[in-house]
Amino acid sequence: MNIHEYQAKALFEQYGIPTPKGQIAQNPEEFEDAVNTLSDGTMVVKSQIHAGGRGKGVFTDGFQGGVKVLASKEEALEAGGRMLGNTLVTHQTGPAGRKVGTVYFTEASEIAKEYYLAILLDRATARPVIVASTEGGVEIERVAAESPEKITRVFIDPILGLMPYQARQVALGLGFSGTAFRQAVKIVMALYKLFHETDASLVEINPLILTKEGDVEALDAKMGFDDNALFRHSEIAALRDLNEEDPKEIEASKHSLNYIALDGNIACMVNGAGLAMATMDIIKHYGGNPANFLDVGGGATEEQVTQAFKIILSDPKVEGILVNIFGGIMKCDVIAAGIIGAAKSVHIDVPLVVRLEGTNVDKGKQLLAESGLSITSADSLGDAAEKIVQLVTAS
Amino acid sequence: MSVLVNKNTRVVVQGITGNNGTFHSRQCLEYGTNIVAGVTPGKGGQVFDDKVPVFDSVGQAAAETGANASLIFVPPAFAADSILEAVDAGMEVIVCITEGIPTRDMAEVKQLLEKSSSVLIGPNCPGIITPGECKMGIMPGYIHVPGKVGVVSRSGTLTYEAVWQLTVRGHGQSTCIGIGGDPIIGTTHIDAVKLFNADPETEAIILIGEIGGTAEEEAAAYIKDHVNKPVAAFIAGMTAPPGRRMGHAGAIVCGGSGTAEAKIAALKDAGIAVAETPSVIAETLLTVYSG
Repeated sequence: MNIHEYQAKALFEQYGIPTPKGQIAQNPEEFEDAVNTLSDGTMVVKSQIHAGGRGKGVFTDGFQGGVKVLASKEEALEAGGRMLGNTLVTHQTGPAGRKVGTVYFTEASEIAKEYYLAILLDRATARPVIVASTEGGVEIERVAAESPEKITRVFIDPILGLMPYQARQVALGLGFSGTAFRQAVKIVMALYKLFHETDASLVEINPLILTKEGDVEALDAKMGFDDNALFRHSEIAALRDLNEEDPKEIEASKHSLNYIALDGNIACMVNGAGLAMATMDIIKHYGGNPANFLDVGGGATEEQVTQAFKIILSDPKVEGILVNIFGGIMKCDVIAAGIIGAAKSVHIDVPLVVRLEGTNVDKGKQLLAESGLSITSADSLGDAAEKIVQLVTAS
Repeated sequence: MSVLVNKNTRVVVQGITGNNGTFHSRQCLEYGTNIVAGVTPGKGGQVFDDKVPVFDSVGQAAAETGANASLIFVPPAFAADSILEAVDAGMEVIVCITEGIPTRDMAEVKQLLEKSSSVLIGPNCPGIITPGECKMGIMPGYIHVPGKVGVVSRSGTLTYEAVWQLTVRGHGQSTCIGIGGDPIIGTTHIDAVKLFNADPETEAIILIGEIGGTAEEEAAAYIKDHVNKPVAAFIAGMTAPPGRRMGHAGAIVCGGSGTAEAKIAALKDAGIAVAETPSVIAETLLTVYSG
């Protein structure tokens, strides 16, 4: 789960990580008050969406820039008005963009130098790793490719936690000295504490800055959390912004279905995440385009299958459906009965190909054949993918 | 003809009295797995299905029954503790089926595990099976037949798909290991490949991977230098959009790393036959292995 910049900065504040003073507004009436809590002078107005590249983004009405530095309160108010409720398109949002529901006003900092600082899990060593770079404000992937010597990596023992000497290694790696060095060490220690205590999957400051006054502060903040650990962090779970998620995905999660919307026109319903991904791949292999990833889990009920059909069909792009079930513990005849029940209660007006394999497969196929429903049966995964692509192309 | 588990494996099931534990313990017993004990703290003294004694701790179960492997069906919030209890009791093989364990818990478990001699499979996995001898997991037993192909995979149903393709073509399996879909797991692809390579009865290997991490690339490099047995592979997730978690917590492409393209390139570079689609995994192996 990801959160907004302003929410991450509130957590930073709790952990003693300095950030520029800021205030949010979620409707136009709050604008004046928000701006008046900040000192006069240059101000930054930031669209709050869960995607990077906001500064270079463009709104769908042509307004340029999801993050703007402006000389006065008046200009900040006007820019905020243009951003709120508008849809911002960045290189990470896809062409549809994201609607801005919150505008964040902050005081401007005078930047002497920019840095990058992040903590994430290193899968290869199964340890958290601190990644720090003297190149801030640019994408870390680019720095890693072009000038890897500018990146400092410090691995943390998950049981010991971050040792102070390691925080000093990071601060030295960034080239800090004197007061700024001491501030940076404190920030690195606090950042790991935050990462650890909230079960974060990522905390990223890009840029971390040295101000002209010689202080170190976090100009931006990005945080993601381990979904598996949210059960022990109700305060973090409460930060979830449903407006940032596809309504179909929210509906799916209510029924314990794992659904991700994609751009294609062939929907798929599969049991198991690996097989679901492989099913998307084979649709593509035969010249089709998957409309979604959908894992109904190992023991899907008729109710879940019905809900899954409803969610799939609520996507207007869908022109065909491929159901691929490997019945193991769950028997194929039970699954077939579920599909038939679901198909009867949900009006399916697009071609439906069903491929069943596993326990009681013959009984399952017989049930489908005798159901009177227009279901195309397939013998293998390849056969199923070929059939649905043909049916959709022909229609 | 197997790795890690066989007919002599004496299994204790942690969480045997829960819904999943009960259902799958019965399935395993029916398959012929030698389940000698169950553990549910506070229910020691009960007997599961009139044949399996239940204990309060893994240590007790091991002392009383000689259990040497543990199968875990404990809810995610308590699973890390259960794995460490099994390690402490000296279990040689620990299979953790539980899905949804916090990554931070697994990071701690992994550090402690490396200081022990226990082998962990999973979590978030279908388990391990040596056909005809021992099933420690939730896979459908009947799709497997004894044979000479070792299978290792991060996915459950995709593994069944590959196993079924082998079985209908008359090729049995030595051992099938579902290593799990989480970012931090015990046994990795490379560990499984090493085991299969050292097992004289395993003649060929199928390796199934998916997007996220670099475990498949590491296994490919090892195979290139050390493995002479025929290997076929499949990687799921060619069409997965970057930055999205595809069902499995570990199946995510971040910052251009963990892509299917990179994995396939590494596997091909190692001389491994890569299946173009999931429906030709066994066929692809049979182009390099005559059985």
